[in-house]
Amino acid sequence: MTREGSPFKGTATIALKEAADHMTSARMHLIMLLVLLTAAGAVYGAIGRITATTAEDPFLFLKLLTVARDPLPSFAAFLGFLLPLVAITLGFDAINGEYARRTMSRLLAQPIYRDAVLFGKFLGGLLVIAIALLTLWLLMTGLGILFLGLPPSSGDLVRGIAYLAVTLAYAGVWLALAIAFSTVIRSPATSALAALSVWLVLTVFWGMIAPLIASTIAPLDPLDPMTVITQFETQQAIARLSPQSLYGEVTALLLDPSARSVGPLFFDQMQGAVVGAPLPTVQSLLVVWPQISGLVAAMILLFTLAYVAFQRQEVRA
Amino acid sequence: MSTTVIEAKGLTKRYGAALAVAGVDLSVEAGEVVGLLGPNGAGKTTTILMLLGLTEPSEGQVLILGKDPLREPLEVKRQVGYLPDTVGFYDNMSARENLSYTAELAGLSRDQARERIAAALDKVRLRDAADRQVGTYSRGMRQRLGIAELLMRDCRVAILDEPTSGLDPQATQELLDLIQTLSREGMTILLSSHMLDVVQTVCHRIALFRNGKIGFVGTVEELADRIGGGAFVVDVEADGIDLAQAARFAEGVKSIAADRDGHWLVEAERDVRPELARLVVQGGGSLRNLDLHRARLDQAYSRYFKEVAHDA
Repeated sequence: MTREGSPFKGTATIALKEAADHMTSARMHLIMLLVLLTAAGAVYGAIGRITATTAEDPFLFLKLLTVARDPLPSFAAFLGFLLPLVAITLGFDAINGEYARRTMSRLLAQPIYRDAVLFGKFLGGLLVIAIALLTLWLLMTGLGILFLGLPPSSGDLVRGIAYLAVTLAYAGVWLALAIAFSTVIRSPATSALAALSVWLVLTVFWGMIAPLIASTIAPLDPLDPMTVITQFETQQAIARLSPQSLYGEVTALLLDPSARSVGPLFFDQMQGAVVGAPLPTVQSLLVVWPQISGLVAAMILLFTLAYVAFQRQEVRA
Repeated sequence: MSTTVIEAKGLTKRYGAALAVAGVDLSVEAGEVVGLLGPNGAGKTTTILMLLGLTEPSEGQVLILGKDPLREPLEVKRQVGYLPDTVGFYDNMSARENLSYTAELAGLSRDQARERIAAALDKVRLRDAADRQVGTYSRGMRQRLGIAELLMRDCRVAILDEPTSGLDPQATQELLDLIQTLSREGMTILLSSHMLDVVQTVCHRIALFRNGKIGFVGTVEELADRIGGGAFVVDVEADGIDLAQAARFAEGVKSIAADRDGHWLVEAERDVRPELARLVVQGGGSLRNLDLHRARLDQAYSRYFKEVAHDA
């Protein structure tokens, strides 16, 4: 059966309304305050380290995002940890909140398709995250200019923008997850808890679980040195099920031009390489292209799940 | 000239093994106000959702304004307004903002929307509260705001689900007046309710729902004739006799209910006072009072649904 009319009619209206709601909501203000404070702290720490240790570096600005000073982690690490929280805050009651407010049936009675509701919710959330990220990045760059006294190089800018794009995809994964939970679970509190549990497991505990699973799947054999590599690779494959590991690998490569690989490197592979020489941006991107595709794929997969569940849902609660 | 606006044939909805709506046929002419009447859970809301295409029927077909709501949902929803049961609005937005959001979704231009919203809010007497957050609104105001949305969108057909549920008598009356105004302006209205008096005052025709089927469609007068507006109730007071036993098989008597000591309510097809008097006297009792009154429609209505429950 074919349907008349565009499924995207009204998407922009819903997305902008959602974005406006998020921008003015107290919960968004609180979470962004948290992110801003930690980010400022991390960058301030990094500036202190950089001015104390680094004499000359062609990619000084990228160091702002990756250098950590105890006890604070680096800006990139902070973002990898806190950004999911922002996305979950924006998405956990996207669909079930409409049911709870009893606005869903009225909304669906407007001349739009259901598709527009879900697309609008997702795009609205993503728009807010994009604005927040851009603001954050500009603030950090500004702080850097102020305290380091140097403008960012063009290489810095290109890598920084690529990093922003990947960060947005990473946030999109968590936003899609939160929206999927909000579609499947009827109570907003339960869906928030479910999304937060997944976040905790994947960002905090996954790093501990992955080696455990790897050692049972691929045990070490003291007589066979190759088993060390097999175990490492198994562990890495399991760790990559978490979007945070994927994001961490992309960050490491994009923000550190001298990084060559996300996996083990052998001496024969390093033959002829100038140690510490920066890779061109495109080469760095190519190394982590699978990770980037993985993040985008996870986002699309989760969104599709939410989409299918939502399309089949009965309107009456 | 009358044209059919809503036409449903054999609408059926199953939720798993449960049958929510079991073959509903309904047709509504332009300009009519039709009431769907029935107890909660009789399938009214499910039927409404199927008419709008918000729920896919398991069987059957719907045509609204000549269009299939499953194939051309946008076209149907553009012309058909829906006011859900206990309508919700975004509490942190004002009435005007809520309406301009739906106006934008309906594809109205900004200027057009502003004008129409102001006119609609005027009509439902919410102009003074238009810029207050909807969170502060009473239930009656929300319902009126829901009606304003239909006005603003200039719908040809309005489907209202339990528009008066939970309203106080005054708010109910205001809403019913509003519905009548809409009807006079040519809007076709389908409304559901479990309250007979609500439907009785505004609807031209009534469809009685029971167990997912329509048991009866017709005017209020036809309903009265059909479900016992013609029935007689005799109030009997007598001593020294058990009337329930004595008059059990009397001709024309449908049922006898003992009310309190020496007091019975006899339901009959015709005026059975002479027979009852004779029975009492023959049985050796002393008759104290015989009072005849015709069943009121609301009594007949509740009796109708009681019978249905017994049948089931």
